[in-house]
Amino acid sequence: MDMLQPISGVPALVAMVGKVLAVFTATMLVVAYTTLAERKISAWIQDRSGPNRVGPWGLLQPIADGIKNFLKEETMPATANRFWFVAGPMLSITPALVTIAVVPFAAPLPTPWGVVDMIVADIPIGILYILALSSLGVYGLVLSGWSSNNKYAFLGGLRASAQMVSYEVALGLSLVSVLMLAGNVTLTQVVWQQQEMGFWFAFPLSLGFILFLISAFAETNRLPFDMPEAESELVTGYHTEYSSMKFSMFFIAEYSHMLTASALMATLFFGGWDLPGAWDNAFWHEGMLIAGFDAAGAPILAQPAWWKTLLTLAGFGLKTVFFLFLYIWVRWTLPRFRYDQVMSLGWKVMLPTALAYVMVVSATVLVLDLLEVSYGFTFGLVLTLVSGLCTVAFLFFLDSDRIISGASVPYRQDRPVRMPVTQVDAGAPGLSGD
Amino acid sequence: MSGSYAPLLILFGVSILNAVGIAVATHIVNPRRPTPQKDMPYESGMIPLGDTRERFSVKFYMVAISFIVFDLETIFLVPWAVGMRGLGWGGFVAMSLFVVVLTLGLVYEWKKGGLEWD
Amino acid sequence: MVETVLFWIFGAVALGSAFGVVMGGTLPGKGGSPVASLLFMVSTLASVAGIYVLLEAHFLAAIQVMVYAGAIMVLFLFVIMLLNLGHEYQRDMKGWMASLMLFLVSGALGGILAYRFAGPGGGAELDFLAEANTAAMDAALAEQGAVGVIAEPLYTTYVVPFELTGILLLVAIVGALALAKRRVA
Repeated sequence: MDMLQPISGVPALVAMVGKVLAVFTATMLVVAYTTLAERKISAWIQDRSGPNRVGPWGLLQPIADGIKNFLKEETMPATANRFWFVAGPMLSITPALVTIAVVPFAAPLPTPWGVVDMIVADIPIGILYILALSSLGVYGLVLSGWSSNNKYAFLGGLRASAQMVSYEVALGLSLVSVLMLAGNVTLTQVVWQQQEMGFWFAFPLSLGFILFLISAFAETNRLPFDMPEAESELVTGYHTEYSSMKFSMFFIAEYSHMLTASALMATLFFGGWDLPGAWDNAFWHEGMLIAGFDAAGAPILAQPAWWKTLLTLAGFGLKTVFFLFLYIWVRWTLPRFRYDQVMSLGWKVMLPTALAYVMVVSATVLVLDLLEVSYGFTFGLVLTLVSGLCTVAFLFFLDSDRIISGASVPYRQDRPVRMPVTQVDAGAPGLSGD
Repeated sequence: MSGSYAPLLILFGVSILNAVGIAVATHIVNPRRPTPQKDMPYESGMIPLGDTRERFSVKFYMVAISFIVFDLETIFLVPWAVGMRGLGWGGFVAMSLFVVVLTLGLVYEWKKGGLEWD
Repeated sequence: MVETVLFWIFGAVALGSAFGVVMGGTLPGKGGSPVASLLFMVSTLASVAGIYVLLEAHFLAAIQVMVYAGAIMVLFLFVIMLLNLGHEYQRDMKGWMASLMLFLVSGALGGILAYRFAGPGGGAELDFLAEANTAAMDAALAEQGAVGVIAEPLYTTYVVPFELTGILLLVAIVGALALAKRRVA
């Protein structure tokens, strides 16, 4: 029974520092190699070879890029606000690299000194920590755009912040349905409740997942939502004036946001480190590491093992890598939105849908509780059906060209042509911005 | 409980060090050969006209206000979602009322054109 | 022990940044502007969130950062840029008036603090970290989670204030629209 005690004392301190450093290093490495993967996959989609000169298959390319960026000249516009120009990238990269800390990445690891949880910081506010930090990420963008004293950069920074705050609402609301099923905000509980239900939440909460996916793409400013750095309009947006490693810091921030979002999708909706089957279940319950409850409600002890930790780590990695791939795939599949379309989608489609969906899920759960259906497979199945209906409604009936105006409006007899009407007041001073 | 935040303090320290370290290292290593052209804000090769810091559209202000309101709504939804199954139908009715009130606000804003971007 | 040290650190950062909010516009070079004041305010709010964590008020800490540092300060930033204040900044107070105000306010604050800690019965409040019933709090937190403990009272005992909050937010939307969408005749 010694093995099942949580780790404590000096070994716990060592484990804590070790986990922090390991996760930080892993994040930086994954970010570096995601940049290579992005170029390789882009090349593959476009039927090119991609980087293949530095090292075998171009594997040393990220290192070469890093060295190049370190040695490049830094430019700074003479009219820039020097202090905030330098602080901008730092304010961008710091929140981006610390958000991943609350994501559990493998089953608990048994060691001779006790069981080590495979999560950097199992804090009681879990998901809220991620939301809080992502709302702080806005400052880096808007300040670097503002301090550059460049019109493109300034507009890019403004657009980025307006877009991020708009989609943060939808992101938060799509998480609410997950919290209902998990009954807690910590991600360890989210993983555990998915094991308990026998369903990954992507099925009973399918519409929630779709809303989360869309908002996560918008939050990370990736295509089709990369309005802040739309090359055809804004050069490269808020980092137009940045070069050398300062530019790289924005780059690292963007990719680690992508990594965190992918890890979150895997954790919230695809079971996290959980692999199909009940053999790897493990959760702390009143000081015991348990694998579940038997029919009478008594806890069953879990059997952690190092190979389970390794397998679940691989499973978590695979799921995360899949979503990273999805990011790149979507980039080369969908064209960019117009800015008014982005804002309309956020406020007029995502927000009302997410609100309605939250109420539908809660009503379903309460009805199921009323019928005394216990939390498990049947429970999940009913929710899957209800959410499936909502998803079908969302995908096929909701918009169909009514709310978001398309690039070209098809002529329809029954509908007046919708054109943006702007009345210019001759005497009024011109308002810039868009 | 607040002890569980300790690794976060370390992680924050590490990533702040990382950010400052990158900035300082690149400042030391890279060459600087400024010319008047390089120091100009980049506007696609044109000589910049006018000032950047014009007053900008009030739409951004509307976005920020709407964000605060609906962010607060999300935050009120979170504890309810967590405790929903314990609170039962009483909580559901209370929350429905709250959501309806704010949906009225959203509808009003929509009809008034506060969500338009053109 | 560690918590006390952290309390002093967070407290010092919060106070120092609060001072920075007032003095932010006067920083040397091009760093000084209302934007500097705003970021000092973000720093104050974040440090206060740190103190909330030390008091085991986890949910409060999270929404402190989300709402104040993340949402309301973004609104402030937009307003500063909307009014084009970040550019040519003029101090409100100049000359001997400013010095006198600074002297009086800091003197009063210092006096209050000194009385609190060094006066009769001073320093007792500082034991609140040790005296708080951490065991009971930890048990409740472990059972219901940091957010679950809020849910029960918020939606039963305090349901009326909660609904009123909804109406307050509705008023905020209507008010903002009335200001932003006013037709210039």
